[in-house]
Amino acid sequence: MRRLAPSAEEKAARAGLWALTLITVAVLCFIILFILRRGLPVLSFEFLTANPVDMGKAGGIFSTVVGTVALTVLAVLIAAPLGVGTAIYLTEYTWGGPVTRIIRFGAECLAGIPSIIFGLFGFILFVTKLKFGWSILSGGLTLAFMLLPTIIRTSEEAIKSVPPEYRKVSFSLGSTKWQTVTRVVLPSALPGIVTGIVLSIGRSIGETAATIFTAGSALRLPTSLFSSSRTMAVHFYILAREGISMPNAYGTAAILIIAILGINLLTYFLMNRFIRKYS
Amino acid sequence: MAGPKKAGAGNRLERNDRLIRLALLVVAFSAVSVLLVITVFIVGQGTPIMFRYGFKSFLAGSDWYPSEKLFGLWPMIVGSLFVTAGALAIGVPFGLSCAIVLTEFASKRVRGLIKPVIELLAGIPSVVYGFMGVVILVPFIRRTFGGPGLSVLAASIILGVMILPTVISISVDALQAVPPSYREGSIALGATRWQTVKMVLFPAARSGIIASIILGMGRAVGETMATIMIAGNAAEIPRSLLAPVRTLTSNVALEMGYATGEHREALFATGVVLFVIIMVLNTIANATSAKRRKAP
Repeated sequence: MRRLAPSAEEKAARAGLWALTLITVAVLCFIILFILRRGLPVLSFEFLTANPVDMGKAGGIFSTVVGTVALTVLAVLIAAPLGVGTAIYLTEYTWGGPVTRIIRFGAECLAGIPSIIFGLFGFILFVTKLKFGWSILSGGLTLAFMLLPTIIRTSEEAIKSVPPEYRKVSFSLGSTKWQTVTRVVLPSALPGIVTGIVLSIGRSIGETAATIFTAGSALRLPTSLFSSSRTMAVHFYILAREGISMPNAYGTAAILIIAILGINLLTYFLMNRFIRKYS
Repeated sequence: MAGPKKAGAGNRLERNDRLIRLALLVVAFSAVSVLLVITVFIVGQGTPIMFRYGFKSFLAGSDWYPSEKLFGLWPMIVGSLFVTAGALAIGVPFGLSCAIVLTEFASKRVRGLIKPVIELLAGIPSVVYGFMGVVILVPFIRRTFGGPGLSVLAASIILGVMILPTVISISVDALQAVPPSYREGSIALGATRWQTVKMVLFPAARSGIIASIILGMGRAVGETMATIMIAGNAAEIPRSLLAPVRTLTSNVALEMGYATGEHREALFATGVVLFVIIMVLNTIANATSAKRRKAP
């Protein structure tokens, strides 16, 4: 069998691998630049602070920004304590065994469940069975369930990377387990935990399939936990799909992209600080 | 502070510790309980109608006309399968190349540039991907190859891009977990970097790479909004790459807004099929990576 000489094969492989990698990077840059180029001219202070008029044909996106923030805050307030608590239990209070395996398996499966299933579930449980209706409450609870696995995984990794000596010193000073966890382990792991929470905020800002069926798509400014509210991502989807207003669709998309860019920069910065601390 | 004052500080703290431990255990079961509740609700809402009409007509029936009580999911099952296969055909070569470049060929500085870019890819909302498909890819396909543009091909390409972050991050982990001595040994024997990747690293990281592909598959099967926007959504088995297609997820999302009665139950049944597929994929991915953890 004829084969390429190893050095030629090496060159070809390198060229191919690099080409595919650079195409990937180029595609991403293209998406971001395309949206920003068409969306930035639409943006103004008014676009952010005025409510949509005429189904979004005119006016701004203020009520959808409020809806997005409300949903995200509620979801994080519910998911963060549960997620961090789970991570503490998994890392500090147990050493393997069937219980840990069940918990880990549950979290991993939850992470793989598509958002539309969360949407269906939230719709049947919160919207209809518990009669919360299409509301920020239903949407926030559904999102919280979606974020849980991300927060568990990132917090677990952050807590695991705290050097064991810290704990030993704390125990040798006579602290209890809980004192060690709250005063030594958690403060050291905080940047890592915050990174996970910020990442999950990014995920909930962009989520559409789960929120459209639980928070609904009302354009009014939400006034309570029980008001239905459209998120920015849902607004963008409806504007684009129904062809209501392309400029406003691009504007909304640009805001989404800017938010995601900001969140990624923030996590990157946090993560770097965290890594520098322990290496 | 609550609690009897007579008890020594040590005792009280110890008892508190036991209570805290119990509380944390309860919290730690939140993820498992959420999973259970979701399973119970989706299965509870979706399976009765499957029993009523029979599994066979549901899964193998090729007509989906909810108004005439015809609930055949076969076109959607095939649709999801096609689109997922297409996404893998595009996402896996690109994803693995990125992973290899990142772990083996890129200098530290270049890696510092590429890695955040790829992480950003994961953060972009799926509606934005769908939108890019609508404004750029679909017209391009319509002009170049003909047909409606909204097609298996368009969905495969966009989903292929969307699964990249999953494939890349998990295969990078797998490649990085290979002990450095393997690399050193291979290079010392005179192998080139590519030979080392091909003959040493890939076999050693195989289970992690397979897990990354399976999880990428899960993402492609479960993606909803992007698919709705670019796949065309006709509830028929596609005859070519350029034909429109409807996936299981699209089926749910398109009709959930107005469905009532048996139609709504049928959509939940669609959810059950989707759920089962995802759980099977999850379990396989979990088992492959568990095997890796056990291996020395």
